[in-house]
Amino acid sequence: MITKRIIPCLDIKNGRVVKGTNFQGLSDVSSPVELAKLYSDNGADELVFYDITASAEGRQLFTDVLCQVASQIFIPLTVGGGINTVADFDRVLKCGADKVSVNSGAIRNPQLIYEAAQKYGSQCVVLSADIKRVDGQFRVFAKGGREDTGMEAIAWIKKGVALGAGEVVVNSIDTDGVKQGFDIEMLRAVCDAVNVPVIASGGAGAVEHFTDLFRAIPTIDAALAASVFHFGQIQIPDLKQELRNNDIIVRL
Amino acid sequence: MIAVVDYGVGNLFSLCSSLKRIGADAIVTSVPEMIRKADKVILPGVGAFADAAKKLRDSGLDKIIIEQAARGKEIMGICLGMQLLFEKSYEFGEHTGLGLLKGSVIGMEGTIPAELKIPHIGWNALSFCKESKLLRYVKEGDCVYFVHSFYVDPSAESVVATAQYGKAVTAAVQKENVMGCQFHPEKSGEVGLSILRAFCEREDGV
Repeated sequence: MITKRIIPCLDIKNGRVVKGTNFQGLSDVSSPVELAKLYSDNGADELVFYDITASAEGRQLFTDVLCQVASQIFIPLTVGGGINTVADFDRVLKCGADKVSVNSGAIRNPQLIYEAAQKYGSQCVVLSADIKRVDGQFRVFAKGGREDTGMEAIAWIKKGVALGAGEVVVNSIDTDGVKQGFDIEMLRAVCDAVNVPVIASGGAGAVEHFTDLFRAIPTIDAALAASVFHFGQIQIPDLKQELRNNDIIVRL
Repeated sequence: MIAVVDYGVGNLFSLCSSLKRIGADAIVTSVPEMIRKADKVILPGVGAFADAAKKLRDSGLDKIIIEQAARGKEIMGICLGMQLLFEKSYEFGEHTGLGLLKGSVIGMEGTIPAELKIPHIGWNALSFCKESKLLRYVKEGDCVYFVHSFYVDPSAESVVATAQYGKAVTAAVQKENVMGCQFHPEKSGEVGLSILRAFCEREDGV
């Protein structure tokens, strides 16, 4: 059977990994190539790179970094951040990205999902949604979680999948950074609504949070996290072994 | 020298990077003479079968590949490139492939349990059916990365490995000098690189 995926996420600013890391043995803890290599060697199933630069210069650095990573790391790479047009898809796919995730760009222009899926296939288009509870409703936020769009999240995700998104990343703003576990309720609602792979994001603080997630929602496909991996709180080989000990199918 | 056939389908960045990593002398080409000169040929491909088959035919490269396969040159298809080696595909209609291998390409929809997600995306374990040059460095149960919604009917005699996704789905094929894999070796970590190495290696081990 298909394995559950563990996905470290790297935020890149001006060609460097931000949020810092405290890995021992890395000559340069902010080097995207070094960190990507380490994760790949440790059994990461996929890597996500988020470009959080605003300047054109930073964007160029990001694509340079992506090319370097993709020429040395042979696992699937997803790229997000600043994807607003089909030309942006083209720019990162040419550098070796396998999937491209859209967020605010798709909120502004949902047709972007359709156009990109037509051109590159649905498997290439990932809809990433930042979601927060507002007045008892799951609400989609834009601009890195700063702006309430007023849209109901499940309806938005269904629409995105209908337009051609082949995968969905659900970032719960409510659990993000709290490190008390993934947002099971929100994730279950999304998994029940769509039949494409769903990736959980936001809230991982300990190994058991991953076990809890995959046990609570058998249909969830992957879990994404950043700081628990970057700060070495969780080592991917240990995490995967623990998942396997709990009868969750993973690639070891 | 390995010729990676460029017929305008898909992105060859990762494939070329992985070939470079294993030290293969590979070139990306659409020139018939280069494909004729090459020791081995890789036929890549992503996207829709009908569109890719048309591009191969329009460029005349279909005939070159068939000619070279008939001369005994080793040909490896990857993903859609592997599907194109077969006689036909039922992806949105009925389309003719290169016919180097017997069998057809069918959709997952309706042929795998309905609760499973389509496409089949992610890492899945290989089960072996027959020996194959491609899998000489791979262990049964090793995982490789798949992304596809159509697959070669696993009743085809050339099937050498499958992956379980509600049923046994064709993962790798080989008949004599014609072979291929449904998954992406260039995205399957060390296991994937070992499959490319197995293909690119010369029999005398050089």
